[in-house]
Amino acid sequence: MNARDETPEEIFSREEEPIEPHVAVKAPPAGHPLRVVDWAKANLFSSVPNTVLTLACLWVLWETIPPLIDWALLKAVWQTSDPRVCREADGACWALVTEKHRFILFGLYPWNEQWRPLLAMALFIASGAVSCYPGFWRWWLPVLWAIVLPACAVLMWGGIFGLTFVDNTQWGGLPLTLILSVVGLVFSFPFAILLALGRRSELPAIRAVCVGFIEFVRGVPLVSVLFMASVMFPLFLPEGVTVDKLLRAQVGIILFTAAYLAEAVRGGLQAVPRGQYEAADALGLGYWRKMGLIILPQALKISIPPLVNQFISMFKDTSLVIIIGLFDLLTTAKTALADPEWRPFFIESYAFVALIYFAFCFFMSRYSQFLERRMETGHRRS
Amino acid sequence: MTVKVAFQSVAAMALVALAVAVPMGTALAGPTLDAVKARGEVVCGVHTSLYGFGAPDDKGVWRGIDVDVCRAVAAAVFGDDKKVKYVPLSAQARLTAVQSGEVDLLSRNTTWTLTRDTANGLNFTGINYFDGQGFMVSKKLGVKSAKELSGATVCVQTGTTTELNLADYFRANKMELKPVTIEKYEEVTGAFVAGRCDAITSDASQLAAIRANDTPNPADFVILPEMISKEPLGPSVRQGDDQWFDIVKWALFAMIEAEERGLTSANVEAALKSPDPNVQRMLGVTGDLGKGMGLDNKWAYNIIRTVGNYGESFERNVGMGSKLQLARGLNAQWNDGGLMYSPPIR
Repeated sequence: MNARDETPEEIFSREEEPIEPHVAVKAPPAGHPLRVVDWAKANLFSSVPNTVLTLACLWVLWETIPPLIDWALLKAVWQTSDPRVCREADGACWALVTEKHRFILFGLYPWNEQWRPLLAMALFIASGAVSCYPGFWRWWLPVLWAIVLPACAVLMWGGIFGLTFVDNTQWGGLPLTLILSVVGLVFSFPFAILLALGRRSELPAIRAVCVGFIEFVRGVPLVSVLFMASVMFPLFLPEGVTVDKLLRAQVGIILFTAAYLAEAVRGGLQAVPRGQYEAADALGLGYWRKMGLIILPQALKISIPPLVNQFISMFKDTSLVIIIGLFDLLTTAKTALADPEWRPFFIESYAFVALIYFAFCFFMSRYSQFLERRMETGHRRS
Repeated sequence: MTVKVAFQSVAAMALVALAVAVPMGTALAGPTLDAVKARGEVVCGVHTSLYGFGAPDDKGVWRGIDVDVCRAVAAAVFGDDKKVKYVPLSAQARLTAVQSGEVDLLSRNTTWTLTRDTANGLNFTGINYFDGQGFMVSKKLGVKSAKELSGATVCVQTGTTTELNLADYFRANKMELKPVTIEKYEEVTGAFVAGRCDAITSDASQLAAIRANDTPNPADFVILPEMISKEPLGPSVRQGDDQWFDIVKWALFAMIEAEERGLTSANVEAALKSPDPNVQRMLGVTGDLGKGMGLDNKWAYNIIRTVGNYGESFERNVGMGSKLQLARGLNAQWNDGGLMYSPPIR
């Protein structure tokens, strides 16, 4: 018996004491200071199995959280250029991240030019943030992107305005991951809508092509698509002709994502009641106006959750581009570990990139929930 | 654009079966040297990250003993070792990258085998590192030879030839094998250091690196003397361009020969005045050796000046001056107990 084992009981007894026998056990919102005890009693200790479960959970948390905090924060080494200091320490070696953060974030981009991807990324993220707010969905938003995207391209590639040229094989880290996913998203989404509409088309040829494409692409894993694009594709090109590697990967990702998104959109299209189609026809709208004004706005709203699901999945799948030798964020983190002195601290490196991936994915997921609420027009069935 | 590429890649996929069935490597190359000169850089396939052989450092600069071969070729062609475009290649993509002409040469920790030299369409130009698979055990185990490992648990990385060699060796010696197969390299190392297996097997260069860097006390571990496989690692080019084949071959030989003759990046400037006719020929002071390959006569001089000789490259990247701390062993000069031997440069 050590001090730790007693603690759940302490917590239990502390919470038991002030309870009067006949307090009404309705559940007011958690966090309300006066009713915390009532809430706990109603929800955590309402029966014997519940009490046992609660205690077990508290015990597990007590056993895991303090050592984790110890390791990750209290005993961690935050800054040193000497890996031996980390070996001596009991805690995490965040010094690995401090030492190598520039390589992890920017990969092979020339060291002295790394302000360029940093600036491009800031522009990219800022414009992305602005575009997320529906109040800004005005005429100037496409104009903003029409300025930002070329600006980012100029920053990344250079070659003009006195910036040295940086070949896109040297791009890496977070900028590469962001470019692959955002460009992938921007291009695959319209393509997916066309595919979804095509699949529901009444013209057999179009329908066959769309069904064939969607089913074929969904039938193979992304790894194999990328592998084909990088390994087999060059063998079919004429001698000496090579298509840019980044472009190959990007096209592979776009095609792959589009097939999945198309199915999400199709789900939305099917969920729109037939009456809406008929009403649009009755108004005398043509096919494109019917779709653009009546059907798609409703269908896309319904498909927000699966669409975002797919975006999140694509964001993480960009890490597969290493098989064609592109240094995305996950690969740069791995490559930083090639240095044998720092290799024992691989957990820290992976934890760092996991945090970055989580931040982006969590944002996307919360944003989709925000959009759903924002777009709510009273049709929700719940 | 998108759709066009889509159809092309669909077509590509459809033809896979055919492509696999037809032996590759009969591709006829144009003059690679002209293409390289026109492009202004050598495109060199390297490892994505193998410390000491080919990996970017913290500043994104490629370093390693394999990378030095790329630099040497660039120095021979352009007189400038920085005119290299590095293409990091995965193990699966490396051979195709050479066949399709995506890279001018492959210098990526690749074992020279008959299949690769013939059916896979590569031409190996030499060997820049003699490696072999070995075992490392804890000293406490008291094992002196790999033959005593019957019944031992052995940590090994999955999906590598290492795993196959291990099984072959134990079967051939009628020993009982208990492999602990783990996919990730760091985890294999971690498992061994944590004592989850009696022995770990990998290429000797890797074992030395693990001992130097991953173990709490390197003196507690010992690498057993047996090598159970031969792993001659070297650069390769595509079949069909003999001139380019010669250039890559002799760029490496020049580094090896330079070490034998005591020429280093530090003294090569002074050596231009050397009375030794061999040195004069090699450095292009006399004769037309470079011209014969379509290069400048100062080709070897430029290699030694910018990259250094083989010994310098070895020490800097994998030897005692590096974090790997590998002994020269088989990679010493032939007159020093090793296998490094350059044909005469004359």
